[in-house]
Amino acid sequence: MNAFFAIIHRDLLLVMRRKSEVLTALFFFVVVTSLFPLGIGADGALLRKIAPGVLWVAALLSTLLGLQRMFAADYLDGALEQLILTPQSLVLLVSGKIAAHWLVSGLPLVLLAPIIGIQFDLDASSLYVLMASLLLGTPVLSLLGSIGAALTLGVRGGSVLMSLLILPLYVPVLIFGAGAVYANSVGLDITGHFSLLGALLILALAFVPWVSAAALKIAIE
Amino acid sequence: MSKVNNFSTADSRWINWFKLSSPSTFYPVAGKLIPIFWVLTAIFGIAGLWVSFFVAPVDAVQGQGYRIIFVHVPVSWMSMLIYLVMAAWAGLGLIFNTRLSAMMAQALAPVGAWMTFLSLWTGAFWGKPMWGTWWVWDARLTSELILLFLYLGFIALQASIDNPRRADKAGAILALVGAINVPIIYFSVKWWNTLHQGASVSLTKAPAMAQTMLWGMLLMTLCFWMYSIAVSLMRVRTLILEREAHTDWVRQLNEVSR
Repeated sequence: MNAFFAIIHRDLLLVMRRKSEVLTALFFFVVVTSLFPLGIGADGALLRKIAPGVLWVAALLSTLLGLQRMFAADYLDGALEQLILTPQSLVLLVSGKIAAHWLVSGLPLVLLAPIIGIQFDLDASSLYVLMASLLLGTPVLSLLGSIGAALTLGVRGGSVLMSLLILPLYVPVLIFGAGAVYANSVGLDITGHFSLLGALLILALAFVPWVSAAALKIAIE
Repeated sequence: MSKVNNFSTADSRWINWFKLSSPSTFYPVAGKLIPIFWVLTAIFGIAGLWVSFFVAPVDAVQGQGYRIIFVHVPVSWMSMLIYLVMAAWAGLGLIFNTRLSAMMAQALAPVGAWMTFLSLWTGAFWGKPMWGTWWVWDARLTSELILLFLYLGFIALQASIDNPRRADKAGAILALVGAINVPIIYFSVKWWNTLHQGASVSLTKAPAMAQTMLWGMLLMTLCFWMYSIAVSLMRVRTLILEREAHTDWVRQLNEVSR
């Protein structure tokens, strides 16, 4: 478990030394969501209706921006090879990197979302539901994304390719995440959405680190 | 044809199957199988088209236009089946590290992608006269579209990795992850659709089918099935030649040395 926290600590330290990359992804989230009212018009009812979808799609895209960073630098400078050679289990190390990625690119989205939500005229209960759905959903995005990041390591046109591979897999998270906010706004029961988001998170936690570790080994050999 | 294989002579039937996993043994066998599958394709195709155009009655509600389901339903079935078969071959390749399994997966991907595309295309042709719209965000249509994206992702990943061994393994992982995701995506889209109450069209409440219609559909499915096998075998033979171009047995082949 020490190795897990050591990896998180190291990755967060690396991010702190070069803040611009992370801030770019967050800035992207803010800019994209702010463009929608400009393109569609400032009609309050319409904005409230599209807000969950827009916020969630923007969250998917801004998560993608940071994914390339997860393994690429370590792959280039050889650190990844050293990580694979260590006696620590690679699965644990990969989980650490995924956790660090979520802390840097998922958690800030959860905290930013209510501010953007206010721009879209969402009421307080919708904002809570939005934050809760992002809190459950963004870890799944980081987990699934790590498979794509590992598979496309050092590949020509890697980042575009990764979006092609990963975005279709994000569909269930998008549906239930945005669906929860929508269901809440029309007064439907939302426990089902959260149960399913939780189930997706548990499934992803249980399987994805192994898959990503296997993909990393393939990329290195 | 067994002149080129490197295995010891086999006396049990099981070993014969394993012998086929070597590209040099499989290549001539596939060459002999391809004409058989083409003939089967033609037989089932002619019978299926005959049943679907001349025997099957005109649908009381939908008129002559319904006959496109004799293509649409078989290609949709094939698109899903081929993805599962592809993932199974990819998984076998990953576990047993056999080159041929990975080549089979690679050969199946474009065939499956075409079937998926045809399914969407014929579905649109069906939808316009029957529902009055080319596209509905129905669970089946949406998951078929996402299946197409998964196929394209697999093809793109394999195409962009230069080292064939790494491409095989990376593709295998993606195919397996996709295969697990397809049912999850299907059910989530289905649930999403029922929540939004978007489309009022229901595909499941189709009127009971006449027996002959079912026969036409089954014959056409067999036709597309045989066609997929024939085309995949042709593709896999090309892949074998491409990847084994440096070996002696390929250089000695008539079609290569000529």
